[in-house]
Amino acid sequence: MSDAPYGEALDLVTRVPGVRAAMLVSGDDGLIVAEQLMEGVKGSAVAALAASLASRLRRAMEAAGLGASLFWHLQAEGGALLVVPAASGVLVVAVTDPNVNVGLVRLELLRAAEAAA
Amino acid sequence: MTARAVENWTLGPMNAFIQEAQARVVLLMTPGGQVLAQSGFARAVDVMSAAALGAAIMASTSELARQLRQPPFAALNHQGERQGIFLAGLQTGRGPLVILAVYDLGVSSLGLVQLFFEQLAADLRAASPAPSPQKQVLAADFERELTESLNSLFGR
Repeated sequence: MSDAPYGEALDLVTRVPGVRAAMLVSGDDGLIVAEQLMEGVKGSAVAALAASLASRLRRAMEAAGLGASLFWHLQAEGGALLVVPAASGVLVVAVTDPNVNVGLVRLELLRAAEAAA
Repeated sequence: MTARAVENWTLGPMNAFIQEAQARVVLLMTPGGQVLAQSGFARAVDVMSAAALGAAIMASTSELARQLRQPPFAALNHQGERQGIFLAGLQTGRGPLVILAVYDLGVSSLGLVQLFFEQLAADLRAASPAPSPQKQVLAADFERELTESLNSLFGR
């Protein structure tokens, strides 16, 4: 599933080598708005759990007096999860290989978040 | 909060679902409204009302789908301001069942409930006994069986 103009926003992210999935996720309900996935990535599970995590992180940030989170990066053995919350309440999510260029993915996630907002 | 069940094989999958999906209230029943397990209800009358209403919604949406010549709706979600209600059917070895879950939007989400509902359905299928032969329902037994079920559901 990749509906324009959301598909164009995701194209920015999936063009980066090492990105296995890019999604726009509704932050409130954890449902996928648009997705571009490689085989083996469970999009709906990633979306639901990333939105749940985002909600808890937001509260943690508020409790710590740090304001809204702009970007988060979870590094795992087999890859990474990178998320940028967009102003519209949509989360831009990328699932990547472990050796991806994180800086470049972050830049494209921010651009996709602007486009999605 | 843990589940209480009339049929104990439902307890493990129900408790896992409640914990993972962070559901506040859960009711597992047959499409006819017979309750197998519940969690989060304080009064028997609330269980009976929710079961009757849930079964009625499933029946009416199934009939609506039939009229539209569509397969039955997989799930129904109602999202309010602070809470969501999720109602869905699933198949088990015991026969078709219905789950009604209420979740707080600040704690859980439709995505989480849908995700762990799929796991619940698989766990219930794996745990379910073979379907028992239909026995005749006698008016004389109905009230006693209902009372026994409610006692089990509220740990009396």
